[in-house]
Amino acid sequence: MQNVDIDMLNTIHLDVLKEIGNIGAGNATTALSKLINKKVDMEVPKVNILEFKNLADILGGPENPVVGVLLDVSGEVEGMMMFVLEQRSAHVLVNILMGRDIHHISEFNDMDISALSEIGNILTGSYLSSLSALTNLSIVPSIPHLAFDMAGAILSVPAIEFGKVGDKVLLIETEFAEGIDRVVGYFILIPDIKSFKKILTSLGVSV
Amino acid sequence: MMNTQEIIKVGMADLNTAVYPDILTTLGLGSCVGIALYDPVSRVGGLAHIMLPDSTQIKNNSNKAKFADTATVLLVEEMIKLGAVKERIIAKLAGGAQMFAFNNTNELMRIGYRNIAAAHSILEKLGIKIVASDTGENYGRTIELYTEDGKLLIKTIGHGIKEI
Repeated sequence: MQNVDIDMLNTIHLDVLKEIGNIGAGNATTALSKLINKKVDMEVPKVNILEFKNLADILGGPENPVVGVLLDVSGEVEGMMMFVLEQRSAHVLVNILMGRDIHHISEFNDMDISALSEIGNILTGSYLSSLSALTNLSIVPSIPHLAFDMAGAILSVPAIEFGKVGDKVLLIETEFAEGIDRVVGYFILIPDIKSFKKILTSLGVSV
Repeated sequence: MMNTQEIIKVGMADLNTAVYPDILTTLGLGSCVGIALYDPVSRVGGLAHIMLPDSTQIKNNSNKAKFADTATVLLVEEMIKLGAVKERIIAKLAGGAQMFAFNNTNELMRIGYRNIAAAHSILEKLGIKIVASDTGENYGRTIELYTEDGKLLIKTIGHGIKEI
């Protein structure tokens, strides 16, 4: 079997993918916690298999304004990695980092955008390096690219990649939250279809 | 009695038709393209939210609404069933943005441009005139097609609202 059919994945496969989300996001939230010097909690990761039309529901609907940091992933695992923050959370996070009043809301300036990209870079880097260590597969992230727009528009980019091979998207989603100032965001790993088999096999699961 | 105006949602890789006074909408178009068709006489409208340019390049192409070529053909057929006449149908396009500023030579990141080009090409083949468009750039769009007069309303975050 060359490729893994998304619909053929069983509960063991899904549990393994969830565990990847757990380890990756666990490391990333630890990195975030150090960065802002606050406690950050992480939800249990979800493996979502979604039809395109329902994809944006995971981020509060297609029109919900979000900040998305996207990295292309290459090497032995291919796909995309996204770090997504709801607009309000992005403002709070930037304010914490810049030492401003956390409720201050104005348009993102260049410095804010650069800070958000860098946070995305550090956190996704930490997610991917733990995944790489776990699977012994090389994972090379691209430089981060940031967009502030509607959730549907941002998710159209990975969706189109999946559209080339099927009618569903598989993503490993982990929500995290910083309790006091309520910074809520998501790590989303979107492996290429070809990479599922590699990831699962490297962890000793037969597909 | 007043007609109740329904708002019909079209999802990603989906298409639908409507007759006066209903409205067709698709939310959060990014690199995908919204192909809005309208027959001003029968007031039949159609909207497709396509993700990819060409069904012949993809093995798994059973979902016709996913591709510019097959979606447009199917949409015209569905509109004709509702009383539209092909020769009267006009088109408006929106979307096809490049959401992330990746290197332009990257084939994946140019998908927005390729979707727009594919929409132009299939509409030309079908003899349907594009009367207006709002495509490209780097931002998302929500669009609404009004069957009353064929107006296409485009909403964005930070780039205003416009009517084409």
